[in-house]
Amino acid sequence: MKFIESLIIAIRSLTANKLRSSLTMLGIIIGVGSVITLMSVGEGTQAMITSTFEKMGTNVLIVIPRSTEGAQSRQGPESEVITPTLTLDDVKALENVPSALAIAPVNNNIAQVAFGGESKQARVYGSSPGYQIIGNYSVASGQFIAETNVASRDMVVVLGSEVAEELFGPDNPVGQKVKMKEQRFTVIGVLEPKGGAMMGLSLDNIVITPITTYQAKLFSQQTARGEDAVQTISIQAASSEVTDEITKDVQNILRKRHHITDVAKDDFAVHEQAEQLEMVQEVVSIFTIVLGAIASISLLVGSIGIMNIMLVSVTERTREIGIRKAVGAKRRDILVQFLLESAMLSLVGGVIGIVGGWLLSLLISLIDISGITLQTVVSPAIVILAISVAVFIGLASGTYPAVRAARMNPIDALRYE
Amino acid sequence: MIELENITKIYHMGKVEVSALRGVSLDVQQGEMVALIGASGSGKSTLMNIMGFLDKPTGGKYIFEGVDVSQLNDNKLAEMRNKKIGFVFQTYNLLPRANALANVELPMIYGGGSQKRKRAMEALERVGLSRRANHKPTELSGGEQQRVAIARALVNDPSLILADEPTGNLDSNAAAEIISIFCRLNQEGITIVLVTHEMDIASQTKRIVRLLDGQIILQENRGD
Repeated sequence: MKFIESLIIAIRSLTANKLRSSLTMLGIIIGVGSVITLMSVGEGTQAMITSTFEKMGTNVLIVIPRSTEGAQSRQGPESEVITPTLTLDDVKALENVPSALAIAPVNNNIAQVAFGGESKQARVYGSSPGYQIIGNYSVASGQFIAETNVASRDMVVVLGSEVAEELFGPDNPVGQKVKMKEQRFTVIGVLEPKGGAMMGLSLDNIVITPITTYQAKLFSQQTARGEDAVQTISIQAASSEVTDEITKDVQNILRKRHHITDVAKDDFAVHEQAEQLEMVQEVVSIFTIVLGAIASISLLVGSIGIMNIMLVSVTERTREIGIRKAVGAKRRDILVQFLLESAMLSLVGGVIGIVGGWLLSLLISLIDISGITLQTVVSPAIVILAISVAVFIGLASGTYPAVRAARMNPIDALRYE
Repeated sequence: MIELENITKIYHMGKVEVSALRGVSLDVQQGEMVALIGASGSGKSTLMNIMGFLDKPTGGKYIFEGVDVSQLNDNKLAEMRNKKIGFVFQTYNLLPRANALANVELPMIYGGGSQKRKRAMEALERVGLSRRANHKPTELSGGEQQRVAIARALVNDPSLILADEPTGNLDSNAAAEIISIFCRLNQEGITIVLVTHEMDIASQTKRIVRLLDGQIILQENRGD
């Protein structure tokens, strides 16, 4: 028997029972749809993180404090977990590292920024002029923080585009005074929008002040020895080839300054941003797999539905099977007929599920809960995976009913009432 | 064409063994029209099913056109049913969702060959039903349904037509029409074996074989 004829037979018997066929497909539609939706959220998050890291600058090394007691209790947010060990003097000492294009201390925290009646919560950075290169910032109007601002602890800020727009609307903020922690700061510049977000936190919702001002007026933090602390030091490498070299230089200089002889007792660590990216991506891909696994449960339920319906269908059509065998259908013909039916149920269900899941993931990417958005990506790989899983499920769950049909004795089948 | 030698058939119904055929030997020649008669339970349907490769005998030998049927596997038997045999059943056994034409095309789906539609129409013409080709079985009378079934049996040019009580569900007019079709087909050279319990139908054949309790008790040759 030709394949195309089997296909026509399968389509005819599926359309003869439209309600039943569509309800059976619904199981697969929901299963495939949820796999697509959840995986797209996972992949979207991964893509978002990657692009954010790229926007934050490439070939960047970060020096962070490291606990020497090994008591890395995870209680506070981010770098506040560990007692700070780095200072501005460390930064100064590192300025002589060859192949480093720029170097900047980076402290950050969340604060309320206000102008007139408007106010907005933003991430406040304390840094130095080098941070413009490292963070890959372009200034839209005014200027970035200058060396003199740092030296004289000027009460000045550079605003991210989102903060500027929120507080000043179309007006130019440069020269105006904004309020943070009950103190007034003069706006000296506004940044170009970057358009990225890190887990829902916009890269444009920021305020940058001189590190010295940050330490003295906004968030003061001390090292164990009572010096003003620097949370992290960012270093821009000229290229990815020199990062290892820079890492070594940084380690040597800081060990000397901190009087460390034993490498195991380092009170700092040097990370490449690429490493961090890999780490975060690993976490996210585990999260994506878990989401997919949860969604697969509904796919399993859908496949049980197909098997159930196919068993009913085989019993119902016992007489038809008998007739077909009497006029010369071979076992294989009957087997193929029923397998095709279940494969078509799951294939059509799978395709509808993909379209539905894709629409749903589009919808999810449009949702905005207080500034936090989820990016979704439906990649060809997910679609191909979902289709093959759907067809596999159709064949797998259709096999037992189809074998039962094929094995029927024609006499008994013809006598069946 | 058909050589049956000492055929036995035992059914297992739970723990009870039922002997449906107890040593039947029968020869049917090419071009014959034979009626198998007997009370229900006499084994005539079982014998017909064995002749049509739908059932396998428990014992004995069956030679069909010189081929020992017991040597054939399931696929080969399906092929033989498709090419050599046409079945006509008491309950017509048409596919309810397919129209007359599609029902007649059914054996060709499994047998291959070209011009399926044309050949199916020709078969319907031979039973005088070409006008009703697009009707579904439920839209046809019993006699018409049985004629569709005969067209389906004819479509692959079989050498043998096996009919199991083909007029059992029909009124006398329709029954007479069906029998006259069988007679005409037989004149055209097709061998026909007819199972019936109605004597006036059996009497229109050239040979009557009477069964009782799984054995042939009487064979009559009539006419020529």
